[in-house]
Amino acid sequence: MTRIAHKTTVQEASQQPAGAPFWRVMVALTAKDLRAELRGRELINAMLLFSVLAVLIFSFALELDRQARATSITGVWWVTVVFAGMLGLNRSLASEKDRGNLDALLLAPVARGALFFGKMFSNLIFMWIVAALLTLLITVLFNETLFLPWLAAVMLLGTVGFATVGTLLSSMTVHARARETLLPILLLPVSLPIILSAVRASTAILSGAPQEDWIAWPQMLLVADIVLLALAYILFDFVVEE
Amino acid sequence: MIEIKGLVKAFGYMPVLRGLDLQVERGSFLALLGPNGSGKTTLMRILTALSKPTAGTVLIGGWSLPAEAAAVRAQLGVVAHQPLLYDDLTAAENLHFYGQLYGLPRPLRQGRVAEVLARVGLGARADDLVRTFSRGMQQRLAIARAILHRPHVLFFDEPYTGLDQDAAAMLDALLRDVARDGHTIVMTSHDLARAHALSSHMAILSRGKIGFHGLSSDIRPDSLPALYAEVTGAASVR
Repeated sequence: MTRIAHKTTVQEASQQPAGAPFWRVMVALTAKDLRAELRGRELINAMLLFSVLAVLIFSFALELDRQARATSITGVWWVTVVFAGMLGLNRSLASEKDRGNLDALLLAPVARGALFFGKMFSNLIFMWIVAALLTLLITVLFNETLFLPWLAAVMLLGTVGFATVGTLLSSMTVHARARETLLPILLLPVSLPIILSAVRASTAILSGAPQEDWIAWPQMLLVADIVLLALAYILFDFVVEE
Repeated sequence: MIEIKGLVKAFGYMPVLRGLDLQVERGSFLALLGPNGSGKTTLMRILTALSKPTAGTVLIGGWSLPAEAAAVRAQLGVVAHQPLLYDDLTAAENLHFYGQLYGLPRPLRQGRVAEVLARVGLGARADDLVRTFSRGMQQRLAIARAILHRPHVLFFDEPYTGLDQDAAAMLDALLRDVARDGHTIVMTSHDLARAHALSSHMAILSRGKIGFHGLSSDIRPDSLPALYAEVTGAASVR
């Protein structure tokens, strides 16, 4: 009763859409995430609320003189961004997985790397929104301006590295039952070199240290970002494969 | 169109598919039946390139899985029991997003989105958020998503899950309509009568192998429960 299959000819198959180019998939996925978040505000509200509360607690808990402020508030900034970022990273892929949409994305005939970069960019944009608010809030509460070009560059490099590692690890932990606790346990040790370099560089910049004392840190961050982005691009395909 | 030989899938030491052979003719509608745990979902995940086989060969449209997964994916449309849609996007935005992933250029995509929405009876709800849709409407939109890029092969993995009678009847009509386009369709189901009424071929999966495969027209609807029980070893089937 079994029938013999007729194969699709190459000509017929070539009429199928071959999937979108890498950058278009990336942009489409990031735009979709931003649009959905603008409507639902599931992630960004939680991240912003956490950040505001954390900074308020720090501002009440730490009574700092001018010298101590310069060495401490960048730590406050990074700790808050990292933990708020983790809130976002945890939900970003979990929301795709819970509705089965992760499968729908993986069913598309597109480069898996493009899916990774799309998710990574949307996570990064959410972190930048939080970072912008934090910068303003810390400037007001601690009376110390964080609006310095080199500081912005370090913050940019640090968040790129953290979002890269975080997106990759959250795509690994998304299938686990205890994903909410598993992600921080994996992410914090792995991203420690990025966080430490970023904090060291930020503190030195804010305390007015000469450039030659701290320039190695942003350089290290840049190299780490490039290596991590390349690794994540290569590994993501294996991570999402069942 | 779909050719499976000696397919084995094991999770650790636990084999789920045990040397499964199956051929699905181009343009046919195969209903894949089987009890829970018989391997239907595992088979569907392998056929949709979401999971890799442990052993055996799978050819879809002449392309081999998992080696040529990207080429296979371009030919597939999938409707699962979950709608695979974004609640916070409108129906049209969902379809535009998936159209972008399938590389449909904007002018073509706009026409296709309007066309498939009209076809599934959701033309008037194009700009409404998916979260406002009933389960039946979400499933119809899922079908619109699956046929948007005009795939050769459609997989329906228990598409009737959670639908009330009216929504299921609507889905019946829609599936018949889609089947007339000449897609090769594979549908898993627990509803023997519905699967028999819709399909051209039926296969019964039992303990990781195909226990029966034949033309639906060769099976009398009233004899199907007995056949199913015999193949699967089930005590009684409605």
